[in-house]
Amino acid sequence: MIHYFEGQLGHVFIILTFVTSLLASWAFFKGRNQDESWSSFGSKVFYVHAFAVIGIVGTLFYLINNHYFEYHYVYSHTSSLLPVHYQISSFWEGQEGSFLLWMFWNAILGIVLINTNKFWKAPVMLIMSLTQVFLASMILGVVMFNVKIGSSPFLLLREVLDAPIFKTDPNFIPEDGNGLNPLLQNYWMVIHPPTLFLGFATTVIPFAYCIGGLIIGKTKEWIRPALPWAQFSALVLGVGILMGAYWAYETLNFGGYWNWDPVENAIYVPWLVLIAAIHVMIAYKKSGSALKLSMILAVASFILVLYATFLTRSGILGNSSVHSFTDLGLSGQLLLYLLAFLLLSIYLIAKRWKDIPSTKQEVSTYSREFWIFMGAAVLCFMAFQVLAGTSIPVYNAIAESLGFNLNMAPSTDTYKAYSLPQLILSIFLAIFSGTGQFFWWKKMDKKKLKEALTFPFLISLGISALIIVLGKISEPAYLVLLIATVYSIVANSTILISIAKSNFQLAGGSIAHIGIAMMLMGILFSSGYSKILSTNYTSMVWSSEFPDEVNQDNLLLFINEPRQMHEYSMIYKGIRKLTKEEGMVDQNLLTTTFNPLEVVREQNGVSDTLMLISAENSYFEIEYHTEQGKQFTLFPRVQINETMNMTVQSPDIHRTLGADMYTHVRTFPKPTEEEDWSEPQETKVTIGSTFFINDYVATLEKLEPTNFVNGVRIGENDVAVKAVIKVQGEYKDYLTEPIFIIKDREFVGRVDDHVNDLAFMISIQNILPQEDAVMLTTRTTQKDWIILEAVKKPWINLLWIGTFLLVVGFVVAISRRYSEFIKMRDKGVEA
Amino acid sequence: MKTKYIASIVVIAIAIVIIMTMAGDASSYVTFGEAKELSTGGFKKSIHVVGELPRSSGGEIVGIEESPDKLSFKFQMIDENGFTQQVFHANPIPTDFAKSEQVVIIGAYNGENFIAEKILLKCPSKYQEEPDLSAGI
Repeated sequence: MIHYFEGQLGHVFIILTFVTSLLASWAFFKGRNQDESWSSFGSKVFYVHAFAVIGIVGTLFYLINNHYFEYHYVYSHTSSLLPVHYQISSFWEGQEGSFLLWMFWNAILGIVLINTNKFWKAPVMLIMSLTQVFLASMILGVVMFNVKIGSSPFLLLREVLDAPIFKTDPNFIPEDGNGLNPLLQNYWMVIHPPTLFLGFATTVIPFAYCIGGLIIGKTKEWIRPALPWAQFSALVLGVGILMGAYWAYETLNFGGYWNWDPVENAIYVPWLVLIAAIHVMIAYKKSGSALKLSMILAVASFILVLYATFLTRSGILGNSSVHSFTDLGLSGQLLLYLLAFLLLSIYLIAKRWKDIPSTKQEVSTYSREFWIFMGAAVLCFMAFQVLAGTSIPVYNAIAESLGFNLNMAPSTDTYKAYSLPQLILSIFLAIFSGTGQFFWWKKMDKKKLKEALTFPFLISLGISALIIVLGKISEPAYLVLLIATVYSIVANSTILISIAKSNFQLAGGSIAHIGIAMMLMGILFSSGYSKILSTNYTSMVWSSEFPDEVNQDNLLLFINEPRQMHEYSMIYKGIRKLTKEEGMVDQNLLTTTFNPLEVVREQNGVSDTLMLISAENSYFEIEYHTEQGKQFTLFPRVQINETMNMTVQSPDIHRTLGADMYTHVRTFPKPTEEEDWSEPQETKVTIGSTFFINDYVATLEKLEPTNFVNGVRIGENDVAVKAVIKVQGEYKDYLTEPIFIIKDREFVGRVDDHVNDLAFMISIQNILPQEDAVMLTTRTTQKDWIILEAVKKPWINLLWIGTFLLVVGFVVAISRRYSEFIKMRDKGVEA
Repeated sequence: MKTKYIASIVVIAIAIVIIMTMAGDASSYVTFGEAKELSTGGFKKSIHVVGELPRSSGGEIVGIEESPDKLSFKFQMIDENGFTQQVFHANPIPTDFAKSEQVVIIGAYNGENFIAEKILLKCPSKYQEEPDLSAGI
């Protein structure tokens, strides 16, 4: 039975959010000049709006949680076996769900803003409500004048899919859904997208203060309330980006944490601009200069978030991204919003341009503003550099719409295209963030500056020299970046020590700068000096056409055969399954049952039932031995999702303070693939004697009658004999027991036995009682193997420690700026 | 106001450098024929070629040949003009290679042979693309 009511309720909520956001925008517009009755009416409407947004979220979750697969969203993104936390993740697998998440955060933020602002309530909420109008229309799912506006998550499957089954049976409901993409079934994917979307949503707040201020003609007062929000937004966005990087590092198989994928770039760019905006806003608060620049940057960071949304959701990226969303035909709508907000901002800034105060004063090299502007400029260049390269598909689309073929493709060398230019620019970033802090606190002139800088400079040179010698660093660009980051850490630490004594509230900047410098250093080492340990020099050239200079970065490991790889010796031990009771268990010991999660383990004649954590996941056990005699084991994972026809491999990482050992499996024999078995080989073996199977030493211990074959009792007239054979493997002994049956005293049957690890199967061809011997038939196949890549990433922990410091720095800075805002608001001098 | 003008000129200059570098680094989508021409003309940078893998009448992908140590392979690819070219890749065969509907290879000619540094696959399933197989920091 199709559950119509729930979907219709969802539709009603969607329409309600759209109408209330329009109405709230109107009310806040009328109330923009401190008209209390309009703005309190607007607030009430916004509360209804927020309630309706939560209603949509709740309804959709209800549909998912109850597995109503008659709904397209539920069918496409979930399945009945999905645990609750991944049911939440399914919200951001689809486009509609992600817009919903964005709306949800905006609604929450709107309520926070209503309750924390007095003077600014109406102008800010006007912009907040307007963004909600646009977001709500993205999920509206209404067709007007043949134009589709938005795509609703409450569509029935039959309304979306044109499958023949719906012609014969319109009430058809699929048994189960498609399931969640295995890539998203990861705990980071439960928290990373909401964090990132909170970051997205918060970028609108500085924008809203700025534009709201322009609308009501308050061109400079918006900075104070906007600043803590801008900092909060940069913090959340930064944490969201780094969570994504960490997820990629742990889950994806590309061998790192950052890939310069267009989707990563699209969100990195607004983050940089937002950081630049914060710095310029602080400069304005201190000295009254650069108000226009503050406005432009605050507006730009929000517009760039819209641009990022357009890039990733319009399908324009096509071939160039791993994150591509299916195009719901909403690209026109997205482009429209982007342009609407852009034009509105340009119009308002241009209109008020003459009224925006600016300073005529020259900026001296010895002023703090000079260094802030330099830093902000570098941040903007970094943003522009990435933006220019990432927008290549957009240039193609524009050229195409103008009627000619540009045919540009993204650069094939990401190091040259992004890493190197960003590295060079971040050298300046480190230098400015180190030096600028000295101007922050004192009036500087040439002499004082020299005094202040000499000490940190000498210390940094000393430390750098030590690192350069120990780390054998010779690449010029890396050398310079290293010195610059050490300098930034030393200089900021000097400041930190001197101000932390007096007022810790002021220490946010220097802590954050130390964090950034450490992150840069961590990136420098872990990426610049990441070493592929599995590089294969010895590999033979198998094809005369193959060029010799091509390096092979992968290593082939056969089961239980140790191989040396630089300072490590490694052994592949076989495939494991993760169980609740016993942890990793050898797959060869397990047999499946009707319940996909339940398996039976046979070991030493005992069988017990174990529960798998996930039926889709298998792990490759790889044991490492170092030259110092240390040992560790890694379990890279493969996830085989049959309904989605996907195979996802994930690395495993051995973490030490100084370096990460990163290992991922590239290929492995397909479980479904037929094995090639050798021609059968017959051997006559007497009881108690030793022989060879596939080059392994084997002993026929005894022959004994048995009453069970494959767990089934044999018939009364049947006779069965099993041979008990012990085979010495590399690391353990295996017992193999082929069975010979005579059914009804007449028909001969043979039950062979496999030893997967040793790659053979064996059966009893015949029993020779007079000789106390059996004829055994063995067939061999290729041993189980994997191909892996192992990479060592030195000092990657600096990146994570730096991230943590950056967060701490931001939190300190936000609390300072926010308490400033509260103090002034309560005094009634908000504007 | 003087510093402002100098600053603007510097900013514009750096922006131009960034754009020029970007344009210089950008690659292009070409056919095998065009790639060959570029290569014989002395152009050594890598380019993108979009194409499909040849199939037998039964729908099986044909022409894949793996090295004995499984660490590299060669395959046939048909570009948009229907031209078939042998392509080499110094990495193991990607897991979903035989399922792919469309293949984008990034690389260049080395004499008569095309050497792919990267292979991007477009598979029929949802969330199709394989993560980039060899890039990354």
